[in-house]
Amino acid sequence: MRRTWWIYLIGVLGLVAVAAPFLWMVLGSFKTQGELLRVPPTWWPDQPTSQNYDELFSKANFPRYFLNSTLVALAVTAGNLTFCSMIGYALAKLRFKGRNALFVLVVATLMIPGMVTFVPLFVLVTNAGLANSYPGLILPFLVSPFGVFLMRQFFLGLPDDLIDAGRVDGTSELGIFARIMLPLTRPALATLGILTFLGSWNNFLWPLVIAQTEDKYTLPVALALYSTGQNAQNYGLLMAGAVVVVVPVLVMFLAFQRHVTRGIAITGLK
Amino acid sequence: MTVVTDRQSQAVRRKSPPGRPRRRITREAAAAWILVLPFVVLFLAFTAGPVLGSFGMSFTDIKQRDLRTPFSVNGVGFDNYVKALSDETFRKAAFNTAYFVIVGVPLTLVVALGAAVLLDRGIKRFQALFKVGYYLPVVTSIVAIAVIWRFVLSPDNGLLNTALGWVGIDGPNWLASKTWAMPSLIAMAVWRNFGSAMIIFLAGLQGIPESVEEAGQIDGAGPWQRFRYLILPLLRLTILFNCVTIGIGYLQFFEEPFVMTKGGPLDSTLSVSMYTYNQFGFGNYGLATSMAYILFVVIAVVTFIQFRLLREK
Repeated sequence: MRRTWWIYLIGVLGLVAVAAPFLWMVLGSFKTQGELLRVPPTWWPDQPTSQNYDELFSKANFPRYFLNSTLVALAVTAGNLTFCSMIGYALAKLRFKGRNALFVLVVATLMIPGMVTFVPLFVLVTNAGLANSYPGLILPFLVSPFGVFLMRQFFLGLPDDLIDAGRVDGTSELGIFARIMLPLTRPALATLGILTFLGSWNNFLWPLVIAQTEDKYTLPVALALYSTGQNAQNYGLLMAGAVVVVVPVLVMFLAFQRHVTRGIAITGLK
Repeated sequence: MTVVTDRQSQAVRRKSPPGRPRRRITREAAAAWILVLPFVVLFLAFTAGPVLGSFGMSFTDIKQRDLRTPFSVNGVGFDNYVKALSDETFRKAAFNTAYFVIVGVPLTLVVALGAAVLLDRGIKRFQALFKVGYYLPVVTSIVAIAVIWRFVLSPDNGLLNTALGWVGIDGPNWLASKTWAMPSLIAMAVWRNFGSAMIIFLAGLQGIPESVEEAGQIDGAGPWQRFRYLILPLLRLTILFNCVTIGIGYLQFFEEPFVMTKGGPLDSTLSVSMYTYNQFGFGNYGLATSMAYILFVVIAVVTFIQFRLLREK
């Protein structure tokens, strides 16, 4: 028992190491450019200012990027919830030819790096006239092998008796899926929804190549281009930009964190 | 009453003559295909198609000007692969990627396992708080993290060098140094990613019955011995899973150098993914896809080797 205090000390030091950059970011976003360049640096802002946020929202068009990120993430999440639960149910509970082959294919694609598909995808999407459009940003991500895997695992854990009972009652196969089984997967859908939303919000490579004009940028694209372009030295603006990218997902994660960690346990250990 | 008649009709239907296909099975299969169809269409269009397309493109001289006419290009055999593998910069990028993976993956695993053991054995009160705290960086955008870390690592007034200054160490200009830029990116990757592996280790540790440790205690094994010879072997599958998923992710690292160093200084943090992206940016689509395929093959081989090494003993 007397050893517990140093275990907690290590734990708290770890938390400080994790949290410090985030606090630094939030506090820095309220500092003036002059204060950000000061040596040694200040921890609390001397004269807290909202000028970085003013600039972000008036000159830099971040509301538009925020809207784009939200729209794309919502559409991608809706697609994954719908399509992954559909195929997940079929793979877990229905007998049909090619079921195993299909599942193997899904698992195999978990390993394919995004780099492999993005050049032909770019050619395809450009030729379909979808470059620099919302469908171009959304369509390639409407399903994910991870989502299929998660939903299949969850459906496998539900009893077959429910399906048989539905059949005896004369409910159609699709009715059994939609009205009996799907409502039971609410916890898995919550997990998939959160993880998909976070993944889409943070996605970078594809929006970077497909969003070609400023009005289609998502937040990470805008932030990356600001930080490597002519605003690279505008520290306050970048700090505030990072806050706008990070804080909404942190809040969302804290609100739903149970679903996130459970999802990792479902897919990671089965 | 109605239920009974329903059951009767169901029973009658089931006993339909053997010559006809059993209708319930066909209806089941039909429903399955309806449910599977959207995935299959999207998968063919946006995953399977591009994977094959990429393979085909890697044997052609396709460039940006062929974007609208992708089928009017010439086959060049293995030229792109030869060009990639004999390119000094590509080799440098491959070396950097190997460096990142070989140092970064074990480091991430050790930190994650350490944190998991700390939470599982030591920290009982506020465990959920610590767990969520350590996991926070995982859910945040790598781009945003990279932007913040650029300030944390800045030479004169960065958070890290200021903290080092308190203990009398004069920290270098991390990201501008050929020696320190890569370790800085690795440190950031460990910081961002250990939380997800930690959650999985934690679940693995909680799955080990306490009787295992008690048995070790009775046999007189110390805490380290118990961990090394009893707990660790039981975690082998969990380690494998973490090793594979982190390895696949790290082999593709891209955002970190893109935002923090642009691959510099002197290409010392250029990754294979970033170089591939640069070639795409130059319009050399054929060359870019061949590089992506080399990465793909490496990922597949490394994953396979990990399975062989850790699965059976």
